[in-house]
Amino acid sequence: MIAEFGLAALWFAAALAFLQLLAGALALTGRGEGLGAVIRPVAVVQGVLALVAFGALLTLFAETDLSVKLVAENSHSAKPMLYKIAGAWGNHEGSMLLWVTVMGLAGGFVALVEKRLPEPTMQATLAGQAFVSLGFYAFLLFASNPFDRLSPVPAEGNGLNPLLQDPGLAFHPPTLYLGYVGLSIAFSFAIGALVTREVGPAFARAMRPWVLGAWIFLTLGITAGSYWAYYELGWGGWWFWDPVENASLMPWLAATALLHSAGVLAARNALRAWTVMLGVVAFSMSMVGTFLVRSGILTSVHAFAVDPKRGTFILALLAIYIGGALTLFAIRAATVTEGERFAVTSRESALVFNNVMLTGSLGIILMGTLYPLVTEAFGEKVSVGPPYFNPVTAIFVVPMLIVLAIGPLLRWRRDNVKRIAPMLAIPAVLAVLALGAAIVLAPGRVLPIIGLALAPAIAAASVLPLRGRKLRQVKLPLWGMVLAHLGVAMALFGMASDSAFTTEKLVAVRVGDVTPVGPWSIRVAAVEPIAGPNWTALEAEMQASYEGSAPVVLRPQARTFWAPPQNTAESALHTRWNGQLYTVLGDQAADGRWQLRLWWKPFVPMIWLGGVLIALGGLLALLGRVASDVRRLVVRDRIAFRRERQGR
Amino acid sequence: MSDVTPPAKRRWSLWLPLLLFGLFVALVAWGLIVPKDNNVPSRLVGHPLPQFALPAGAEGKPGLARADFAGGKPRLLNIFASWCIPCAAEAPQLAQLAAAGVEIDGVAVRDRKDDLAAFLARNGNPYARIGTDDLSTLQLAIGSSGVPETYVIDGKGTIRYQHIGDIRPDDVPMILKKLEEASL
Amino acid sequence: MSAIKAKHQRLILVLIALVALIGAALLAIYALRNQASYFYLPADIAAKPPEPGRAIRLGGMVEGGSLRTDADGVTIHFIVGDGKNRVPVTFKGIVPDLFKEGSGVVAEGKMSPDKTFVADNLLAKHDEKYVPREMKDMTEAQARAAVKETR
Repeated sequence: MIAEFGLAALWFAAALAFLQLLAGALALTGRGEGLGAVIRPVAVVQGVLALVAFGALLTLFAETDLSVKLVAENSHSAKPMLYKIAGAWGNHEGSMLLWVTVMGLAGGFVALVEKRLPEPTMQATLAGQAFVSLGFYAFLLFASNPFDRLSPVPAEGNGLNPLLQDPGLAFHPPTLYLGYVGLSIAFSFAIGALVTREVGPAFARAMRPWVLGAWIFLTLGITAGSYWAYYELGWGGWWFWDPVENASLMPWLAATALLHSAGVLAARNALRAWTVMLGVVAFSMSMVGTFLVRSGILTSVHAFAVDPKRGTFILALLAIYIGGALTLFAIRAATVTEGERFAVTSRESALVFNNVMLTGSLGIILMGTLYPLVTEAFGEKVSVGPPYFNPVTAIFVVPMLIVLAIGPLLRWRRDNVKRIAPMLAIPAVLAVLALGAAIVLAPGRVLPIIGLALAPAIAAASVLPLRGRKLRQVKLPLWGMVLAHLGVAMALFGMASDSAFTTEKLVAVRVGDVTPVGPWSIRVAAVEPIAGPNWTALEAEMQASYEGSAPVVLRPQARTFWAPPQNTAESALHTRWNGQLYTVLGDQAADGRWQLRLWWKPFVPMIWLGGVLIALGGLLALLGRVASDVRRLVVRDRIAFRRERQGR
Repeated sequence: MSDVTPPAKRRWSLWLPLLLFGLFVALVAWGLIVPKDNNVPSRLVGHPLPQFALPAGAEGKPGLARADFAGGKPRLLNIFASWCIPCAAEAPQLAQLAAAGVEIDGVAVRDRKDDLAAFLARNGNPYARIGTDDLSTLQLAIGSSGVPETYVIDGKGTIRYQHIGDIRPDDVPMILKKLEEASL
Repeated sequence: MSAIKAKHQRLILVLIALVALIGAALLAIYALRNQASYFYLPADIAAKPPEPGRAIRLGGMVEGGSLRTDADGVTIHFIVGDGKNRVPVTFKGIVPDLFKEGSGVVAEGKMSPDKTFVADNLLAKHDEKYVPREMKDMTEAQARAAVKETR
């Protein structure tokens, strides 16, 4: 019953999306006088219905209703409740339903609260949102119905990939999706602004909080995903340049660029066409990434169920939406006037530079991701990995980081280098000192040395914009920028430190043996079998002592899941302020010795702490923007009220 | 923001993003079409089965070997597993084929005896023989990348057709036709 | 601001963007030609040996009985074959769970001058439902070879 209810809600939501699009189109062409007024309420109801459908799916998974095909294929009655629920979005159909739910809710939310833009622009925006949603509703209803029944009803479900049974991962996809799909709002705003020729500061101000919100979720999602890959895959690495990872990084790069160029447009009315373009590109990257991952066109360690028919469907959607938006852009952007001018030395120029570099790194990552496909067209199979991505990305990111340190100190419009040069003395000295230290400590490693040299300088430069201000009067968005840039410095330091200073040991030991790794000495006290709810494992008890201090106990496991049958290595970690000890238990060799893989990774947690700090900075900026918008609205209402009274 | 629209200059550079996107679509469209050609009609079609001998997987049914496919009559070779949901979904279609007089041999991949017995008890047992392939060796050797897959083998042991995924009700006539072609 | 200045400024912006774009494209093409790791079957290695030190992927079947472990307990040696050629492989590390003699493997690494393949990584981390696309073709090639041998 619940399944049919959910399906009905989905159909209704799709019908409302169609109505929303139709009403928007008619109202904009002047043929539907009253129709414009229904768009907002329809958008809200559409979002609620999508949420109802998603709630129905969650209920089915919570109850493990095996008569529903999706549940039978992805769940199991023996699974803990958290993973039953997470199973709802841990598969293709469920995640697409989550996708339309987020799109619907975001559209409904915009319809409720966004009152600053001229009404036609809002109508065009909401119609655009409905248009995009409609494609994904069609995809769900015709090509990947999550509520399909299964007959005969199986006695037991097919489990969930044990690699995905992890609390971090349970919340990873929804976080990332809030980011991906939140960018659809920016896309729709860009369409609305192009259609009604309203590309200006008001458009940027309206769009910015949405981009910020999506960007915060993307940042958190990528950070969490990286940490998940780090401790779950047991390879000790935190970024593999895997297509799935690139698919999440590319929208983030575009959104970061968009965030900064929208700032320029809002404050200075410059970079108009460019900002609109980025608004289109950011969500396009979300869709392209999803397509690349879901169509199975690229191989990846994170395999999703692959179906070429679905790939064709998504590709058709991509061609319609992205192709349509870019065509609209090409036609209309020529009429978007150039906007305010600025000097070469100015805040705007720094932000333009940052945008070009971010877009450049986006392009080069996209090329690397697609290259295997290109060569396959010529009959050769290749894989592109870190030897390509690391240096080429660095070529864009390093100059960008340097400008990141300087840019916030520059004034809008026009500035001169002499004014800011004295301020940069501290970061410059720090950079030189750090460079010297890095060359001594990690000789010959170019990229880590650059990272170690830049990180302290960027950290110091990040707080410089606060200089000479009363801290209590500093506005939230400025705090946000400072924190986010500090987060970048922190993450950079973690990355550089990890690749420069990690110590790795690979040994075969007997119980009782002691192995040194970095400052640690690690004794294997025992290896014993244990059993979990749906797995059995061998668990090692390791006593790890840091420079002779009292030992801490780590328990890495080699797990065997039985539904579906699969083995995983569960690493065990111990975190100190100055780094992380990472242990993995391998096989038992024929002579009875146990294989161990041990890493001491100085300062590696700063990578993810930095990511969280960046997101936190985004949150502060968002709060600041929203608060000032609300204040402005309140003032406007008061003035209107007063006028009304005086009029009487 | 009523812009005083300037005489719209022809800026070809504005079409550049669309052009790049067009290239992308062309590339991935090609990528979508070609792998389909690669893996649907397996390159093994037309080749004889390799030598193999698999132990019996279920009470009362013999194991499966290469020699069983030289009887002169076409047979179906069904790769399945008790832990695979689509395999349960295709069971009625297999039963239908068996009822139509088709001889079906099964290979259970990475399975356990108890689970297999339970699976057969629940979903029916259309198989003449059931071999167990615990290391997926046969599965890999005949180019099968997943379960379920079904092969049409002619009377001399040559692979005539590979069906990837479960047999849907509307696939049954097609399978019967392939079997008929294989007996010519 | 004078019109000349405005044009000048725009020109600079366009130039920066253009240089960055072209630079990025050239860089990417150059780096991709050098850094992409090509997929080899053992037979390919015999036919057109990759230069030592270049990152490649090697896919094939782990020959039965060829697996042995060094005294350190973590370095393993085995032979990857496809019925046409056999390539000795050295790997130091914890092997993936699905790695077995007689099963397929894709190894990432480099050829060393002594004609052994030094693997940094073994990719056998796939379940029954998922086989890397390179592997799919590989098993077919492998099967074809097996078919020929039985004839």
